[in-house]
Amino acid sequence: MKTRSIASLLLTTALTFAAAGVASAQDKTVKIGALSDQSGLYADLGGPGSTLAAQMAVEDSGLAAKGWKIDIVSGDHQNKPDIGTAIARQWFDVDKVDVIVDVPNSGVALAVNNVIKEKNGVYINSGAATSDLTNAQCSPNTVHWTYDTYMLAHTTGQALVKAGGDSWFFLTADYAFGAALERDTTAVVTANGGKVVGGVKHPLNTPDFSSFLLQAQASKAKIIGLANAGGDTTNSIKQAAEFGIVKGGQKLAALLLFLTDVKAIGLETAQGLNFTETFYWDMNDQTRAFSKRFAGKMKNNAPPTMVQAGVYAGVRHYLKALDALGGNPHDGVKVVEKMKSMPTEDDLFGKGEIQPNGRTIHSAYLFEVKKPSESKGPWDFYKLVGSVPGDQAFTPLSESKCALLKK
Amino acid sequence: MQALYAQLLVGLINGSFYALLSLGLAVIFGMLNIINFAHGALYMMGAFVAYFLLNLGGINYWWALLLAPIIVGIFGMILERTMLQWLTGLDHLYGLLLTFGIALIVQGVFQNYFGSSGLPYAIPDQLKGGMNLGFMFLPIYRGWVVVFSLVVCLATWFLIEKTRLGAYLRAATENPTLVRAFGINVPRMITLTYGLGVGLAALAGVLSAPINQVRPLMGADLIIVVFAVVVIGGMGSIMGSIITGFALGVIEGLTKYFYPEASNTVVFVLMVLVLLVKPTGLTGRAA
Repeated sequence: MKTRSIASLLLTTALTFAAAGVASAQDKTVKIGALSDQSGLYADLGGPGSTLAAQMAVEDSGLAAKGWKIDIVSGDHQNKPDIGTAIARQWFDVDKVDVIVDVPNSGVALAVNNVIKEKNGVYINSGAATSDLTNAQCSPNTVHWTYDTYMLAHTTGQALVKAGGDSWFFLTADYAFGAALERDTTAVVTANGGKVVGGVKHPLNTPDFSSFLLQAQASKAKIIGLANAGGDTTNSIKQAAEFGIVKGGQKLAALLLFLTDVKAIGLETAQGLNFTETFYWDMNDQTRAFSKRFAGKMKNNAPPTMVQAGVYAGVRHYLKALDALGGNPHDGVKVVEKMKSMPTEDDLFGKGEIQPNGRTIHSAYLFEVKKPSESKGPWDFYKLVGSVPGDQAFTPLSESKCALLKK
Repeated sequence: MQALYAQLLVGLINGSFYALLSLGLAVIFGMLNIINFAHGALYMMGAFVAYFLLNLGGINYWWALLLAPIIVGIFGMILERTMLQWLTGLDHLYGLLLTFGIALIVQGVFQNYFGSSGLPYAIPDQLKGGMNLGFMFLPIYRGWVVVFSLVVCLATWFLIEKTRLGAYLRAATENPTLVRAFGINVPRMITLTYGLGVGLAALAGVLSAPINQVRPLMGADLIIVVFAVVVIGGMGSIMGSIITGFALGVIEGLTKYFYPEASNTVVFVLMVLVLLVKPTGLTGRAA
């Protein structure tokens, strides 16, 4: 009896080791975690739409037919760094997640960045804006897709200063993102001969901006820079119209504006706003085809925002890298190195590359919101007014403080 | 100095929403002894009903001001009849938990269908534009909100404190059995009172629709502040909640001017101070 149980124990052990050996050679299982604000002020620009984008990327990759097994889980960080890091830790420790995607809200994004580095996972951020993710706080496990505060400052900000907007007043969301956007835009304004005459930091998710708008009005600055996002931006713009700010000769700079924000403000109020995005659903046949498929699966038939498009493109590229590796090594640094070594190309962002600091480089586009009379459909909002090539839009490597570049 | 006047006025505008909402809460707490956590969700429903009336029925803002409180009020009365009435006599905690659950469900349903960014609702043509007061540019709509909500608040106070109906109501809270003995239908009166409180929330929702986005979470963001207002003013005190509502709006407005980073928390700091010094609230009576 005793010998038999020992024998079976040995057999089991041997089998386990054998299985483990196979797994490391060509393990074809992947688990993707879509971490986002699922119900708050950023839920429409990321949220459930980002999870859908990740699912579509998995389907379109065709890896299932090659024997890969890819699962997606989603989580709600509620815009709280502590909740975001707790979910990330659980995903790595218990659920064996390989890659975390999306993560809007720069405060949460930076906190999660540290966890992913510690756990050697892969981080494909599309939702957060802070340029610190690929600059001072860069990580060998991180790829930052879609946009960042440096890009926003050097496109929208620069264009406005050059058009004569040489005095600025900032309305800034009081957390990591707002601070980064204000910092990067201030640098552009002063470098181009303009000056910042004042600013006010407002708490995240503020329903009423009238006090702040009155201060901006009193400052007599030519440009009121909105260093905020989502619901905060829509409320600022709507209430600025109410207080006659634009009619009084001051101009609003929506430094970060998403498709869903324009929908929420309505064209009547939003018309004429200039801003920058890296993706719009109505750019070409490929983007239209993708957006049609995407909208068909969304509850409110919304086409993808640039954040959701970035999640799709990022996951596609990640899966291409895994396919090229021939299996999942479950080693974040290794996979990200592979991703950086391959040029990026997809239907949504076109051709690009991932720089050594983790920054994905692709074109950025300057848009203007259409007049209600020019809009032909429920999501027909933007007019293209210009484009900036990727190498001019994003931080030049020579200016980057990323430690990865010093090797 | 000019800037200060402007901030005071802006504070009054926000104060009107606090006053309308905390008044509804105070009425419900005073008469039904229920801490109505669903108040924010019902406020949101008021704004959504206005949006639907306009976009589906072509019914304008002025009618919405009348119809939305009635529609949401009826919804509230159904809630009271089917659920809240069974909690009479139980600990406050039960009512709080039930209404909190209702709020989560209502918000979840709206969020599922309308997302979180919200829907635009235009200012009615008659109230568009603004006037220059010398020290600030006052949007006419904001001025209207202050005046209208002040009138509604005072009318509600008058109804409850100075009319015969109000007297019955107050008597029914003190001693329902005795009031019943006089042949008054107490349960129906309680239901109507809940409907009135809910209607006030919906009215505030319609008033706020053109200023803020019509969003599923618009009430959730506001309700915590409003509860602080009610606690500061004294639970169940009608006049207390009106005055505190306006006063706190002004204090918050001044904070936004002098130290904007604290504008979210100043109300709660005040709440803590008041609770330390006078636990029943500024105008509350000891239970």
